Amino acid sequence: MFVDKGKKEGVEIPTSSLADIAFLLLIFFLVTTTIDTDKGISLALPEKGETKEINKKNIANLLINANGDIMLDEQPISVREIENRARDMIRQNDLIIFSVKTDAKTQYDIYIDVLDQLKRANAKRISIAEPES
Amino acid sequence: MKFSKKAKTASGIPTASLPDIVFMLLIFFMVSTVFKESTGLKVTLPDARKIEKLPGKRNVAVVWADRAGRISIDDIILNVEDINNIIYQKAVDPLNPLKVVSLRIDKEVEMGTVTAIQEELRTVGGAALQVNYSTKTAAD
Repeated sequence: MFVDKGKKEGVEIPTSSLADIAFLLLIFFLVTTTIDTDKGISLALPEKGETKEINKKNIANLLINANGDIMLDEQPISVREIENRARDMIRQNDLIIFSVKTDAKTQYDIYIDVLDQLKRANAKRISIAEPES
Repeated sequence: MKFSKKAKTASGIPTASLPDIVFMLLIFFMVSTVFKESTGLKVTLPDARKIEKLPGKRNVAVVWADRAGRISIDDIILNVEDINNIIYQKAVDPLNPLKVVSLRIDKEVEMGTVTAIQEELRTVGGAALQVNYSTKTAAD
């Protein structure tokens, strides 16, 4: 008895559903991908033990107390005014350093508001002083 | 005169290249997908307007701090003093060198905690000094 080995009907992998499968995987990845990137205010912290002597006239002290009151160079100031004041100060002296000093009980929210204002005034030199406890 | 109004050629959108296109999209999304490695803590981020985007999720260490005073990295709750150990290990990892530390801190956390975290990062030095305070985009 002979088995006819030569007689073959078109042996092929059916590819008609390939697109469907690929679509299914595509939809899975589309759904699981989160495009939202982390965004926020970037800052470089100083190296430990790095202290510099800075001329007093180049420092603008920003003090924030536990209640969220802000003082810029001994004068009370509201959060919204900081941007314009800082812009003026940079225009007068582009070496100015904004030293932000907070109380240990100050809310983080206010600190970020102040940093945001300084960033909006294009302040490049921001220093963070350790809080007073 | 009679015009034949029906075109004789069969018209249809060629679908032969459809799988190729779909595969291309698929590969793009497969490559760009980063699965969440940690869920973090429940925090309400502060608002800010002048914000920058972080380049991606790779090579970023996320430090979470919620209003209950808990601090977490990679879903492990830890004390402030342990931060420098964990961040140091991330910084010296040859495969995924650390670039930025993202601070996801609740807006009601007190600055004492924030400074303590920053002091820990300063003891590590190098890439750990690059911090990013995560914020939401403020509506004007």
